[in-house]
Amino acid sequence: MSTQSKEVEALVKKLYQHGFYTDVETDTVPPGLNEGIIRLISKKKNEPEWLLEWRLNAFRHWLTMTEPNWAHVHHPPIDYQGISYYSAPKSDKALPKSLDEVDPKLLETYEKLGIPLREQEMLAGVAVDAVFDSVSVATTFKEKLADAGVIFCPFSEAVQDHPELVKQYLGSVVPPNDNFFAALNSAVFTDGSFCYIPKGIRCPLELSTYFRINAANTGQFERTLIIADAGSYVSYLEGCTAPMRDENQLHAAVVELIALGRAEIKYSTVQNWYPGDEHGKGGIYNFVTKRGECRGNNSKISWTQIETGSAITWKYPGCVLTGDNSVGEFYSVAVTNNYQQADTGSKMIHIGKNTRSTIISKGIAAGRGQNAYRGLVKVLESADGARNYTQCDSLLMGDRCGAHTFPYMEVKNSSAQIEHEASTSKIGEDQLFYCTQRGISEEDAVNMIVNGFCKKVFKTLPMEFAVEAQKLLGVSLEGAIG
Amino acid sequence: MNAAAGPVERYLAEFARVKTTLAGAANPPLQQARKSALARFAKSGFPTRRDENWKYTDIRAIEKRTFKTAEPSHDGIARDRIDAVRFNALECHELVFINGHFSKALSRKPTLPKGVIVDTLASALEHRGGEHLEHLSQYANDGANSFAALNTAFMADGAYINLSANARVDHPIHLLFLSTEQDDALMNHPRNLVILGEQAELTVIESYIGLDGAKNFTNTVTEVALGRGAVIEHYKLQQEGFMSYHIGSLHIRQSRDSRVYSHSISLGGAIARNDIHTVLAEEGAEVILHGLYMASNRQHVDNHTRIDHMSPRTQSVELYKGVLDGHARGVFNGKVVVHEGAVKTDARQSNNNLLLSDTAEVDTKPELEIYADDVKCSHGATVGQLDKDALYYLRTRAIDEDAASSLLTYAFAGDVIHHIKFAPIRARLEQVVIRRLPNMDRIRDIL
Repeated sequence: MSTQSKEVEALVKKLYQHGFYTDVETDTVPPGLNEGIIRLISKKKNEPEWLLEWRLNAFRHWLTMTEPNWAHVHHPPIDYQGISYYSAPKSDKALPKSLDEVDPKLLETYEKLGIPLREQEMLAGVAVDAVFDSVSVATTFKEKLADAGVIFCPFSEAVQDHPELVKQYLGSVVPPNDNFFAALNSAVFTDGSFCYIPKGIRCPLELSTYFRINAANTGQFERTLIIADAGSYVSYLEGCTAPMRDENQLHAAVVELIALGRAEIKYSTVQNWYPGDEHGKGGIYNFVTKRGECRGNNSKISWTQIETGSAITWKYPGCVLTGDNSVGEFYSVAVTNNYQQADTGSKMIHIGKNTRSTIISKGIAAGRGQNAYRGLVKVLESADGARNYTQCDSLLMGDRCGAHTFPYMEVKNSSAQIEHEASTSKIGEDQLFYCTQRGISEEDAVNMIVNGFCKKVFKTLPMEFAVEAQKLLGVSLEGAIG
Repeated sequence: MNAAAGPVERYLAEFARVKTTLAGAANPPLQQARKSALARFAKSGFPTRRDENWKYTDIRAIEKRTFKTAEPSHDGIARDRIDAVRFNALECHELVFINGHFSKALSRKPTLPKGVIVDTLASALEHRGGEHLEHLSQYANDGANSFAALNTAFMADGAYINLSANARVDHPIHLLFLSTEQDDALMNHPRNLVILGEQAELTVIESYIGLDGAKNFTNTVTEVALGRGAVIEHYKLQQEGFMSYHIGSLHIRQSRDSRVYSHSISLGGAIARNDIHTVLAEEGAEVILHGLYMASNRQHVDNHTRIDHMSPRTQSVELYKGVLDGHARGVFNGKVVVHEGAVKTDARQSNNNLLLSDTAEVDTKPELEIYADDVKCSHGATVGQLDKDALYYLRTRAIDEDAASSLLTYAFAGDVIHHIKFAPIRARLEQVVIRRLPNMDRIRDIL
């Protein structure tokens, strides 16, 4: 179409909005990875002996593993010895008691990102455990959560204050030797979020963590552990933006969710790491392991993700449905533009009886982006009456992008019912024509169609996130097609 | 052969033993091609489950056994047993191969129209000139498939069919590969080469049938090249013995506006693997792939298809259905690749599986890889069981549960069979499928 090249050009020139860099003095260890570095990290964080051993075991196992190459992505080899594995803002030495004590430069960073902690404290009613690089610097609404008995704190704090919970659940869903990146994370993770919802409690707030990658050359290795005890409910939001940077940065996070009997965890992500420039230079490598286990009967875990950032995304949020009648859900919108590559999807492992899972995945590829859905639905012999419905649709914008679907279905139970459907297409010219014929501009029409395409997923997001997600999608794709 | 040696070494030794007796032994380029194929096989070895294409199929049972190259002989086979598996009612050209070797006495070859060559591959390798063989090994990518490489090294016989432009064979050509029980476990590597000129039309049936307790290894490769506007209807019926191993692949290259109808019915074998790879190389090419696999006891059946859309306005439709019972395991992997520039591609694929027992397993993986934007592609896959309401309905009509479930299974499988245009082939395959079901007599009455 005539407008296409012009609009695509405009899109390609669009600069990353959150590209800026805050100059904060950081306490960074020299690049490299060995047992000494791990001991140093553990010591800096004042960790108990068992956790150090746990890290060292993970590291020793990691040494025997090779980097996976099965994903549909390409990147130059990663120099794991060239990364600095610990970077904490200097200001963390004077542990802030309130926002006033926080380094004003940090606060400025958040302001630029549109995460004004103070405003959020008052207006949004959201507790934010903001992670600046590797150490949490400010947490809000702790008291309100504490009243409900909810523990929501930086991971390193949980290790000090609730070692018994950490010890019991850490690595129980994603074992340290699960995969290459999970092993790496287990060895060197610096901080993250920890959350425990006691029995029968409905968490009064939506919990939220904003992650930032800031200092140059520091990989970000977050560890998130959420435990919903019997009959509890929690909704957790995770959002990311990162400053502009030329080198690729590795992000290998691990997220573990545990839902006990009748508990429900809703985990939403908006991922907008720096995707690299229009020539594919720079950008974050986002190699993440996210997995939840519905350990108790009648429990439920629901993942929603909006993936618009990162040069390379490699993540498969999954659910292990151990408890009878447990439910797993996965809703995803993944956008790749310019030279972005995404290999993402979900894993649903049905173990308990009458377990149900739903996977809705929407992939949008534009420019030279490569967007792959890779998923696994596995039904074990024990999972009588298991049910899965999977739908993955891809939308192509431009003739140099790619959309791929690699669903694996392994079924060992004859009472299971598994359905998978996938479709790939571009925006229909007749749909566009219909809209323009009714006086809607082409750009608005495209926006409408794309938003309609993703609606099923947006619908599952909490309100604030849904707004942000739609905005993000608009920014990423406005005018990408004619 | 030295049984203690590793599997690859055993095949190398077997090749050294038989190489002078293979067809075309006096032809140095051909011998060279065999040797380099063997070298490729030796280099890659047998695939393991670490290979993505063999993730769900463990072929160590084949690897660890020692198979002897079959020698030409067909004594001890009663004529009537062969008649039972022929297409008697169907007027057709029939080439019969016993353990991979052509049997002239059992074959029938009515006069062929002008421009049609139907020969055995052995004879073509021995007597025919270069232009006839230039297509050989052009389509089977045996660099990526070690079984195909093994076939190229050991190929002894098979069919060579060549239709010149506008030629048409009214009757189907039936290639009947029989596997018989011998003292030794035998291996044979049939190789078929089918070349259709512009606008040529052909129906060809490949049957692989095991008699008695044959515990042989059949490793077959068929290559098909279609000229502009050529049409081929290809049937593969795999009914190897339950102790036999079958690895087969079909490789097709399609020119402009050519059409392929493929029907693959896989019922036999302890381990059976069927690969179909078609390349829609030029504009307007079209392919329809239909498949049915039924397995019970400890059978393992694996179907892999790959369709490469290389050019604009190409079309593919695929429907595969599976019925798994007992401890059987069914595998389906359908890959559709739409290459850059192949706009206006229309690709549809679907795979449905019926699990009849709690110990049966299905692993299915429909794949799409798309590098062009103006395309319409979809796939779907299901795994489920018989509809309880339908079963109940039949039972209220005084059909007992077993018969009702057989009847519904037959209806499920019938979707694939009913697409077959040739009535005699359809009728025959219907009977073959019914015979696989429990309570077959009852169903026959009802039907």
